[in-house]
This record gives sequence, structure tokens and C-alpha cells, in this order.
Amino acid sequence: MNTSTSLLKPIQTVGLEWRRVGKWGSLCGLAMVLTSLIGMPVGLDGRILIEGRLSLGYLSLIWLPLVFGYVVPKRIELEGVESTTYGLQDLLAGLCTGLVAALGPIVLIFGINNFNLRKPLINWSPKLFDLLTHGRGIGTGVIGWLVVCGLLGFAGGAIHLISGRMRRIFISVIFGLLFISILESAITDLSEGFGLESLTDRLYAKRGGLTGGSSLVLAAILGSLSFLLKGRVKRVTSRYKDMDGVQRQSVSLALIAVIVALSIVLPIFLGTIMNELLANVGLFLLLALGLNIVVGLAGILDLGYVAFFAVGGYTTAVLTSPESPWFAPELHFGIVLIIVVVIAGMTGLVIGAPVIRMRGDYLAIVTLGFGEIIRLLFLSDWLKPYFGGAQGITNVPPVNLGLAVVKGTDPRSVFYLVLVFCLLAIYVSWRLQGSRLGRAWMAIREDEQVAEAMGINTVNTKLMAFVVGAVLASFSGAILAAKVGSVFPNSFMILVSIIILVVVIVGGMGNIAGVLVGSFVLIGILGGPRQPGLLQEFQSFKLLIYGALLVFMMLKRPEGLVPSARRSQELHQEEFLQDAWLGDEEENEESPSAQGLLAANVVEDEEDNSL
Amino acid sequence: MGLTGDQFKGLLMSGLSQGAMYGLIALGYSMVYGVLGFINFAHGEVFMVGAMTGFIASEKFNANGMWESNFALCLVLIVFLAVFVSTITAVLMERVAYRPLRNSPRLIPLITSIGISFFIQNAVMGLFGPATKSYPRLPEWLSKQRSILTFEIAGTKILVLLVACISMVVLWYLVERTKTGKAMRAVAEDKEIAALMGINVNRIIVTTFAVGGAMAGVAGILWGLLFRSVTHMTGFLPGIKAFTAAVVGGIGNLGGAMAGGIALGSAESVAPLVILEPLGVPGVSQLKDAVAFTVLVIVLLFKPTGLFGERLAAEDRA
Repeated sequence: MNTSTSLLKPIQTVGLEWRRVGKWGSLCGLAMVLTSLIGMPVGLDGRILIEGRLSLGYLSLIWLPLVFGYVVPKRIELEGVESTTYGLQDLLAGLCTGLVAALGPIVLIFGINNFNLRKPLINWSPKLFDLLTHGRGIGTGVIGWLVVCGLLGFAGGAIHLISGRMRRIFISVIFGLLFISILESAITDLSEGFGLESLTDRLYAKRGGLTGGSSLVLAAILGSLSFLLKGRVKRVTSRYKDMDGVQRQSVSLALIAVIVALSIVLPIFLGTIMNELLANVGLFLLLALGLNIVVGLAGILDLGYVAFFAVGGYTTAVLTSPESPWFAPELHFGIVLIIVVVIAGMTGLVIGAPVIRMRGDYLAIVTLGFGEIIRLLFLSDWLKPYFGGAQGITNVPPVNLGLAVVKGTDPRSVFYLVLVFCLLAIYVSWRLQGSRLGRAWMAIREDEQVAEAMGINTVNTKLMAFVVGAVLASFSGAILAAKVGSVFPNSFMILVSIIILVVVIVGGMGNIAGVLVGSFVLIGILGGPRQPGLLQEFQSFKLLIYGALLVFMMLKRPEGLVPSARRSQELHQEEFLQDAWLGDEEENEESPSAQGLLAANVVEDEEDNSL
Repeated sequence: MGLTGDQFKGLLMSGLSQGAMYGLIALGYSMVYGVLGFINFAHGEVFMVGAMTGFIASEKFNANGMWESNFALCLVLIVFLAVFVSTITAVLMERVAYRPLRNSPRLIPLITSIGISFFIQNAVMGLFGPATKSYPRLPEWLSKQRSILTFEIAGTKILVLLVACISMVVLWYLVERTKTGKAMRAVAEDKEIAALMGINVNRIIVTTFAVGGAMAGVAGILWGLLFRSVTHMTGFLPGIKAFTAAVVGGIGNLGGAMAGGIALGSAESVAPLVILEPLGVPGVSQLKDAVAFTVLVIVLLFKPTGLFGERLAAEDRA
């Protein structure tokens, strides 16, 4: 550490902070009780992760003491202030947190045994009791929870103590196993396509979940892999970052080509269900890419984004379906797409032009209003002669491309169609990002007034973002109509907008890679508003999780999982400035250290001031 | 015109009583926006939690016969309980999610509140099930039709209007005549200067959330008495409509919020039949919500400061 701060005393921690342990322990216990009563353990118990050992239901409870055991002894590390090293008291803190947390399920066990609160609380059931006591009576249940929670809390505390390498190995083993067991259906499906059933038969048990033996073997493999690969990944990425323009571009191109080739080849080996899943992910990816331009690049919070999705779907249905009640030209999909672009663009202009001048939060609510109005209009009896009311428009024909027919019963073809549009959308967003227009969007996002002062026509520029987003969403709607073969007003609930917003935010606003990751992780694993993901059991809890994720991301990591560099600088402006300032101090007193561009700017400012 | 005078009066009355409820919820939006400058999207959920608490309590009272034998006491008790639970929900929300985001850009807490709204909705669904829950039957003396000044009106609606008036007077007293209220207005005006004047800004903000939550709790019970049904989605539409009401009345303006609520309630119950029906639009009652949203869009487009003027700190006006 640097000597300039040695005047500051290290933070003294006197033994254990019992208040903190009590507070977080009881919070953890409460969280466990709430999770149980919401019905997660019972609802998810059917999904087995490791045969005979762990189901998703238990996992939904026991991750809590582990995380809280990790959080309680965690100390805020202040730059330049020496904090005490982690020691035995942290293990104790973790253990005690776990023990306090165990009181939650224990109280619940006794509660269910002695009282009947089934009337309002639907999950206050003998099933939950059996699950909590593992079907072996109260005594075993109580001791079991004390032991399990205590151990997990202890393990959480121990994370601070072990070396970074060990920590990395453990993390990769745990998450690797979790992923392999969650992706079970995808892996089985893929290996069947390659004719490797024998492998997956050995890996997974008959009723689902990894077998005990295979999970041990996998753990060993993962552990040794992460041991061997230590530092290599970092070296490769840093080498990639150090490359100069041309070389880097060619490497990126090669990478992209590999990914595209994989996404073309892999579906051939996948079964219907997996292809259906991929097609859904693609549809939502297309929506998310559109919203990413509106929210991520231009900073306009559009909560009525689903309106354009609906417009695309309904336009396609009216123009292609023979059963469209009012006007049924039965056009070809290719021609329809052009009309869809025009109509969606116009809708974007009509909705966008009046609202774009509003301040951000009002705009969010007004677009939400518009989204809901459009759905209510499609639903109403008034427009029933045109759009079929609640029955919607059925019998939308499959897309005939001459060489191949894209229809909902063959999800592989739908996936390829979606893939083409997604690639197009990715290319468009990528080119837009660096263009004059994209830079204008980002300038507006960062500071609208400054952008205006720089000569950007903010109204027109924002309107462009709105229209581009609308067109991308309408493509998704058109494909949805052709895929499902019908459109109903209730497929276009506000919910859809919110879920896409979660995808964009969790992935990383303003970053294409982030949006890709977001849609694969969220839509692929948890599922879309109606579409199930890999974890079908999550169906009734996914909105809960989406809500919690949104809050968590906003509080802890507003820039998303895969942040765009510029966006995270904006969101952590204060920290960046502070770092720069600290760097400045160091530079004055000690050796000059390399700082970012921002830091250098601020350093200059500081010097100006001091003169 | 297929609308008789009596029908119109009836519609107006149900519009008024619903509007009074929107007004009560709108107070929470208005106060929070006034003090913190962001839309608490999850406020509708606070209202729903109140209605849900009322349902659970009244169910219990009904089971042991108290609901019929001593209705007035039950009513006071469920109002008290609902206010308690709603207040706690609102305060917890502030503590967990909004306080850490106090200084972030305006859209960040809005997005957070959308997340909270989703979370509460689905948590309530998980806890109490997705089925529609009906309040027990109200006693005859309350729900029967009465005639006041040629207006035929159900007793329940009179009760709703009465309770709304009482809550409004209490709130007015709190904000305009007490020291806490003065502090609240000071914080809404300028947080930093208020802190310099020795006001505990954090505590005042919590109080604001608590008062807004209490009003939403009262509204929740009134909703339960009026419509006698509640689900986990009950908070969504009334929440957005109440926000509309707050904007119509001018955000930060408490009298305006109440007036806006009543105006919106009457508009959405009268407008479909009076304006749309003569135009030959079929199935107009389905368009009730669309009317409310249209009012929202129109007001925000043409008069975003509301009918009675908004009262915001300079930094929030932007």
C-alpha cells in the first residue's frame, strides 16, 4: 500500500459484530421463509439437479445462507485505508449467520406443524412440511437445517479466507455443475443429434439430474481445467485488446464467422423443442436489439415497445391470412415485410412525434399508455370487424420462400428466418453505433442540453431512434405471426415490454454483446412471457425473478452483465472522477502511474485549478 | 340518445366514488414525486397490498361471525390493519430500493420501481394464489340504495366518498398545519437547504412514503368494499390511472391530485357512454381504460403541468 495514507489508522474491528450477524442472519431467515411460502421449493422440487442429492427446490433455499454468510464478514475496502485481514472471526461470523438463518425454516416447520394458515397462504401445506423436514420428522428437520445452514454460512465466510486461485476453482466447479445440470435437456438433445446418447445416458440419471458419480467426475474435470487454464483466458483477452486495428478486426471477423457458422450448423443436430427454444430466443433477441437502440443508445425509456411488436404482427396477419375479417389480400410474406416496415415506421413517427419532447419519466408513462391503448383497441368490439377482437386473426399462412417453407410446426426453419433478421439487426446496430447518428444518440443520452448546444437536432435524432426501434420490433412481430399462425391481443401485453427491458438491462444497455447474453440467459433459461425456457418449472416464478433481477441490477450493477465501456463510465461517473483524483495525488507524491483517458483529463483540470 | 337522466346520475355517482379512490392513491404519487422527483411505479402495488390485507382480515372476521354482528368495528379494524401493512410496504420499499438510488439519474429509480412492482405482484400471487378473492357480503343497511337530493346512490359509495373526504382533511391538516408537514414542504422545495435548516431529510422522506402508503391502504379497503374482489393484478390499472390523476391535477399539488382523481373517475365512467356511444361505437364499456389512457396522453401532451399547476423543486422541473 502507499505510504501517503499511513497516517490513517486501520479500521479496528473488535471481535465479532454481533449486531450485524443478527441483522443479516434474521434477514436471511426471513428470506427463506418468504421463498418457501411463495412456493418455490415445492414448485421447483420436481427438477432434480443431482440425483438423490439436490433439487432445484432445495437450491432455491440453500443458496441464501451461502450468500449471506459471504456478505456478512465482507468489509468495504477503501482505497488507501488498510483494512484488517480476514481471519477466524469471519468464519465464526459466517457460521453464526447461518445458524441464525436456520431459525427461519425451523420456525416455519413448527408453525406448519401446529397451526393451520392454509386459508390465506396457499403454500402452508403438508407438502412444504415434508420438504422442509426431508420427510423424516421434526427432529431431523431442525437439526438438518441447523447443520446445513451453519455449514453453508461457514463456507460463505470461508470464501474470504482461501486464496484467489482456490476461490476461482471452487466457483468454476459450482457454476459449471449448475450449468451442466440446468442445460440438461439442451445437452441431451444435442448429443442425440450427434449420436452420443451413451455419453449423456451415463451423465444424467433417468429421472433427470446428474448422477452422483458423474457429478464427482465432472467436478474433478472442471476443477483441474480451471487450475490448468489459470490466467490463460486473461492472457488471451488482453492480447486481443492489445492488437492494433487491422489485426484486431480480422480476429473479430474470424470470431464472428465461427459464431455464425455454429448457429447455422448446430440447429441441424437439435430436436424440435430446442429449436423452438432457439426460435423464441431469436424473436426476443430481435426485440431486444431494437429496444437497445431506443433505450441503450438514445436513452429513451420506451415502456410501450410492445405496441410496435403488435403492429408488425397484426399487419402481417391482416395482409396474409385468408381469414382476416375485413381485408384479406393474402399477399406474399416478402411484400408484406415491406408494408410492415412502412406501417411500423409510420406508427413510430405518429406515436413518437408528440411524446419525444417530453421529459424522460413522463415519456415512459405515456408510451406505456400508448402500448396499452393499442392492445385495448385490438381487443375492443369497436374494431372487431377489422381485427377480430379477442379471437384475433387465425390461419396466418406459413412463409413460402420458394426453396423452403417456414412454418410454426418446423421451428428449425423459423429459427433460420429469425437468424437472418437478427444478423441484419446486429449489423445495423453495429454500423449505427459508430455512425454520426449513433454518436449523436449517445451524446443525447449523456447530456441532452450539451448535445443540443453541440448542434444536434435532438428531436429529430431521438425520433430516428424511435423509428428504427419500431421497425425492428415489427419484424419480430411479423415472424411471430407467421410462426404461431395467429395473432391475439393478449400476446401483446405490457408485460412483453417490461421483459424485453429486463433483458436489455441485465445484459448491458447499449452493448450488442450484452443484449445477446441477456436474451440467451434470460429467455433461454427462464423463458419469455408465455414461452417456456430450459427451466420450465420456473414458469410461475419467472416474473418474480425478473422483477427481483431488475431491482438488483439497478442497485448493484446498472451497467449490466456485459457493460459497454462508455455507459459504465456514465453510470459510475463519481467513482471515475474519484479514481482520477486519487491517481492525481499519487502522481504528485510518488511514481506516475498509468491512468485512463478520463483520469488524464481530470488531472489537467485539477492542475488548472491549483494554478 | 339512449341515456336517461337517472342513468347519467348513476354513472356520475359511481365515477365520483371511483375517482375519490384514484385521488387517494394519487396523493402517494404526487407526494413522492414532489419530494424525490421520480415516479414510484410500485405505488399501485401498495394499494393492492392494502386491499389484500383487508380481504384476509375480513375473511377471518367473517369466519367467526364478527363481520355480521359488529360490522362497524370490523371496518375500523380492517382499515387500521390495511393502513399498517401498506405503510410498512411503502417504507420498506423506500429503505431497500430507493434510498441507495437517491442521487442517480431520474430514470434509474423509475426502472427500479417497475421491478419492485413486478416483484410484489408475483410475490403476492405466490403467497395467496392467483384466484380472484371476494370480500364477504356487506350488511344490508350499508349496501342498500339511498336517495339523496334525487340522486340514487348505494350506501357503499357514500361511505367511500365520506372516508375519502375524512382522509383528505387529515392529510391537509398534516401537511399544512403540523411541523412535520412544514418539513415535508421544505424538503420538497429544496433538500439541501432543508437539511441546513436542521430537518432530518431521510426521516421526512420516510414519512412521505408512510403517509402515501397509508392513503393507498385506505383506498385499498375502499376498493374492496366497492368492488368486493381483489387479485394480485388489482394494483396495476388503478395505479396508472392514479398517476394520471396526479398529473391531471398537477404533480406535487395535493388538492389537485384529489380533484384530478375525481375528474378522471367521472370522465372514464361517463365519457364512453356519453361521447363514444352516440358515435355508434359498439361495446363502449370495454373502452373505459382506453379513455383513461387517452386522458393521460392528452394531458401530458398539452398541459404537462396539470390543470391546477405543479409544485416541484426547481431541479425536478427540467
